[in-house]
Amino acid sequence: MPSLPKHSLPKDSLRQAETVEEWKQHFAVALRKSTEDITVFRGELSVHIELDQLIAVLTRLKDETGGAFTQLSDITAVDYPERTPRFDLIYQLLSVTLNQRIRLVVPIAEDAVAPSVTALFGCADWAEREIWDMFGIFFNDHGDLRRLLTDYGFEGHPLRKDFPLTGTVEVRYDDSERRVVYEPVQLTQEYRDFDYESPWEGAQTSMRQIDPSMIAHEPSSDEEQND
Amino acid sequence: MTDPTIKPLTMNFGPQHPAAHGVLRLVLEMDGEVIERADPHIGLLHRGTEKLIEHKTYLQALPYFDRLDYVSPMNQEHAFALAIEKMLQVEVPRRAQFIRVLYCEIGRILNHLLNLTTFAIDVGAMTPLLWGFEEREHLMEFYERASGARLHAAYFRPGGVHQDLPDGLLADIDKWAEKFPAFIDDMESLLTENRIFKQRTVDIGIVTLDEALDLGFTGPCIRASGLPWDLRKTQPYDVYDELEFDIPTGKTGDCYARYLVRIEEMRQSISIIHQCIAMMPSGPVMADDHKVTPPKRDDMKTSMEALIHHFKLYTEGFHVPAGSTYTAVEAPKGEFGVFLVADGSNKPYRCKLRAPGFYFMASMDQLSRGHMLADSVAILGSLDVVFGEIDR
Repeated sequence: MPSLPKHSLPKDSLRQAETVEEWKQHFAVALRKSTEDITVFRGELSVHIELDQLIAVLTRLKDETGGAFTQLSDITAVDYPERTPRFDLIYQLLSVTLNQRIRLVVPIAEDAVAPSVTALFGCADWAEREIWDMFGIFFNDHGDLRRLLTDYGFEGHPLRKDFPLTGTVEVRYDDSERRVVYEPVQLTQEYRDFDYESPWEGAQTSMRQIDPSMIAHEPSSDEEQND
Repeated sequence: MTDPTIKPLTMNFGPQHPAAHGVLRLVLEMDGEVIERADPHIGLLHRGTEKLIEHKTYLQALPYFDRLDYVSPMNQEHAFALAIEKMLQVEVPRRAQFIRVLYCEIGRILNHLLNLTTFAIDVGAMTPLLWGFEEREHLMEFYERASGARLHAAYFRPGGVHQDLPDGLLADIDKWAEKFPAFIDDMESLLTENRIFKQRTVDIGIVTLDEALDLGFTGPCIRASGLPWDLRKTQPYDVYDELEFDIPTGKTGDCYARYLVRIEEMRQSISIIHQCIAMMPSGPVMADDHKVTPPKRDDMKTSMEALIHHFKLYTEGFHVPAGSTYTAVEAPKGEFGVFLVADGSNKPYRCKLRAPGFYFMASMDQLSRGHMLADSVAILGSLDVVFGEIDR
């Protein structure tokens, strides 16, 4: 790789790390975390931090590690409805000088407010708007937290697990009203979510355990195969 | 009647406008002819791809990737296939890796041809578009001969590629690649030193390197700002580390530099295509772990086990161990990343698609402020946006 522009050269020891384990040690020192908070899966580093540490850790990654992690590749969220806190905020950072990626995993409750990182990374603007739109996680100090991808006047947060795949409203052009109207979704056919998952090892119940009356009344498995 | 101040004019650009490169509604606040604020309204092509992927098995989710950046479909599939392979730790046969790299570079040329020629038409040059589409037609024919589809290929699968290339295809690609540099020269003769083209692009939409990093720029756009950053070199995947190619960079970070970088990238892609064809090994194109990849059609006629594998793979699909990965490839537009969260079942728990164009579009306000209205069209064209991937 050709040499990088001078002003972005790293200044500190992070540069010497070679293996993932070395990176892990380095990050533990640089971010003042214990190595237990840093997990490695398939060679990728994830740092688990609390919400109130977020700004401090991002600032440290951006400024104190020799100005290394200058690019925020992406922000996203993952919804775990059964878990408390419900969401994980995921920050993907990239250092072009160290050629290293790191992921921050920040659990956040449904009613909690996340701090906006737009002051640190310009590209967080739309990423946070998208998360607000899709997951309903609110960001403080964002300044322009409007919906981004959904329709004007949309209700709900589509990427939450409890939002139906089919959505809630549908649109059509109404001839008599001479405009596009919104109506609740009406499916002509019920939405079918087939569960093909069965143990690879074969059926676990023997024929004797199945109640014969069940077979007579539930022909659903035959119907699925005909479709 | 006595207020002497002029209210800024708010102007709607799109959503149906040929220079909007799709369905973009750009709300511009104008001071005369000068843009004071640009507010892109996106989402008109939002189809909920990420939500749909959560409801499909891994293999069923793959074709959605063609429909993101529909100008270079296979490059997107590549990211998803690599992410799954990383999770499953599947080894991809060498021939399949070469085929993938070959088709990724074809995709890169497909993309740059469309972008550069439509960019040219945005700023007033019509001929490159007419010429360029003829070449794109050849390339889409190569897509069709390999995958059966001109656009929505679904060709790269976890574990390799769906089918081996038909006889004679490599020779034809080689023959085409011999002739293509002459086309680039022709196209350059229309644009590179063209006075009007340069007036419209030089010093327009300048992005400094620090701004580019801050705005999340990747791909040709960050290289035009002077950073030789290319995932094919820095974080190589498949066989990119065995191939020789250069990374062009720009000096000025303006629309013209982005144009020049893409032109040179096409030449580098041609070199990669030649190398792939010369180095193409023989052998299987799909990993033979039949818990992940389908068995051969012949085997299904004779082997009960193969038949069961086939049935299970196309109904239940394979299971991916719990964990998460962020896998990125150098798509023609920039870093296309897949953040995949698996819960051990046959469907992705969460699949976030990091589209390069999303962040280009987000920077539209910063880039076009203080420019003339007509310049916003040049900036948009030089950023190379496709709404399939921005809206997802």
